[in-house]
Amino acid sequence: MDNLYRDFILEHYRTPHNKGHLDPHDLEFADSNPTCGDEMSMTIQLDGSKDRIADVAFDGRGCAISQASASILTDDLRGKSLNEIKAMDPKQLLDELGVPIGPARLKCALLSYKVLQGAVRGAEVAWPKEAEAMAGA
Amino acid sequence: MAVQQAIPKAQTGVPGGFSGSALRADFPVFDNPTGTGKRLVYLDAAASSPKPRVVIDTMADTYAHHYANVHRGIYELSEDATGRFEGARRKLAGFINAPTERECVFVRNATEAINLVAYSWGRTNVREGDRVITTQLEHHANIVPWQQLCAEVGATLEYVAITDDGRLDLDDLTAKLEPRDGRRPRLLAVAHVSNALGTINPVAELVEQGHAAGALVLVDAAQSAPHMPVDVRAFGCDFLALSGHKMLGPSGIGALWARRELLEEMPPFMTGGSMIIRVTLEGAEWNEVPYKFEAGTPAIVEAIGLGAAIDYLSAIGMDRVRAHEKYLFEHAWTALSEIPGVRLLGPADPDLHAGVISLLLDGVHPHDVATIFDHEGVAVRAGHHCAMPVMLRYDIPATTRASFYVYNDLDDVEALSSAVGEVQRVFGVSS
Repeated sequence: MDNLYRDFILEHYRTPHNKGHLDPHDLEFADSNPTCGDEMSMTIQLDGSKDRIADVAFDGRGCAISQASASILTDDLRGKSLNEIKAMDPKQLLDELGVPIGPARLKCALLSYKVLQGAVRGAEVAWPKEAEAMAGA
Repeated sequence: MAVQQAIPKAQTGVPGGFSGSALRADFPVFDNPTGTGKRLVYLDAAASSPKPRVVIDTMADTYAHHYANVHRGIYELSEDATGRFEGARRKLAGFINAPTERECVFVRNATEAINLVAYSWGRTNVREGDRVITTQLEHHANIVPWQQLCAEVGATLEYVAITDDGRLDLDDLTAKLEPRDGRRPRLLAVAHVSNALGTINPVAELVEQGHAAGALVLVDAAQSAPHMPVDVRAFGCDFLALSGHKMLGPSGIGALWARRELLEEMPPFMTGGSMIIRVTLEGAEWNEVPYKFEAGTPAIVEAIGLGAAIDYLSAIGMDRVRAHEKYLFEHAWTALSEIPGVRLLGPADPDLHAGVISLLLDGVHPHDVATIFDHEGVAVRAGHHCAMPVMLRYDIPATTRASFYVYNDLDDVEALSSAVGEVQRVFGVSS
């Protein structure tokens, strides 16, 4: 069990990076995990070109996996172009979490990815196939 | 092949008079350890219960030796299957003390039973400007069908509030049942037991109040019928819904009980084969109740499996099942209350609380709790339990829910407490 809840996951859970709400912001999106009802929102400020991420914050409450995943994901976003974000592979986020995520928890781990994609595309996106090992609620 | 009837082992000196841990031998799911090599501590009966061997064997034996379509074949095998299927209906009627098995309609589950009432009775009797009353304590199955009905016909749906300790606010119920603009509420739809909090509602009183206010009363017994005596005559209700899969029976079978005169008046919900007496090119004539509500080939083997589950429960006795779970609840409530950082929901009074405990752990999300529990072999549900309005009431996203049944015992209560300790260790929160 200490395998899934490694110190760095718990560290991100207790003191998440980039948590809060940016105002003003250029992009905003909120989504939820139907399995547990957890909600997450993301606010993004773009740079002068309006094509690259200047700052990002996420908000909402959730489990250690979803909060750590959002904290880790948002750490990597500054300076990235919108096209780079759209091309992101959800597997990369699972790799960065670096812990074994069982099928029942994949949506927890990928909720932040889904919210981010919704924000840069301006509309809800489908769950990535990596999250579909198990059907929703 | 005759199916062997499991006889629950007697044990003296404990409430209920039987040993939960001894009963585990009747449930094949407990034969093997979990993936992490632990003894399976199954505390999720409220979601769905394991099946005793006698139910599994009865179903296999039916498929192997007694299977044909029912109410159709003029041959021995079909008559045999029909007899077993109708026998299950009689067992069900006895189990809920229905005056006649003709008032018992087989459906898929309690959700379908409630939808049947909402579509058939509701769309005939609830009109624009009418009111339907339910409660904030309900499972989504006793909310969404009424939301749909009310939206469609222009009626209003109102929710009886719940108290801080998870009981129905009876003053609010009285206020909601008052006539408004001279119009009385049409229906009170209420759970006997809350699946999310475990609250036992005073169902006979609620029925009396509903009737006095001029409303019919539907009781959602999905969470109570498996765990305590349910008696439609003592309740005095008009409709009652239950699910087989929560009461040791198979999935895909449940029942609606309704007073016969209501069933006679109600139009069919679904139409097709079986539910007709005669079909011409111009129209059709409905079969008698309950067949009018059972279109198509029913879940024959599932109904017979439910009959075997009812036999198993009846051999124990529902009063003893209730006494056993109350005993486990009291031990678990006390043990969990003593752990710092644990918050328990629902009434503390064991007479008002079924064997369902919804808990919150400071600093740990219920999903993480359930994942760590799972690693310890403890299966619980984490989430909103299909009762999101309850979560809204307490401003929480989810809870961790442990629910007891006949195969649970004090060793499971201990496993639950120590799993809480393990969560607190992993998360480094107070213990």
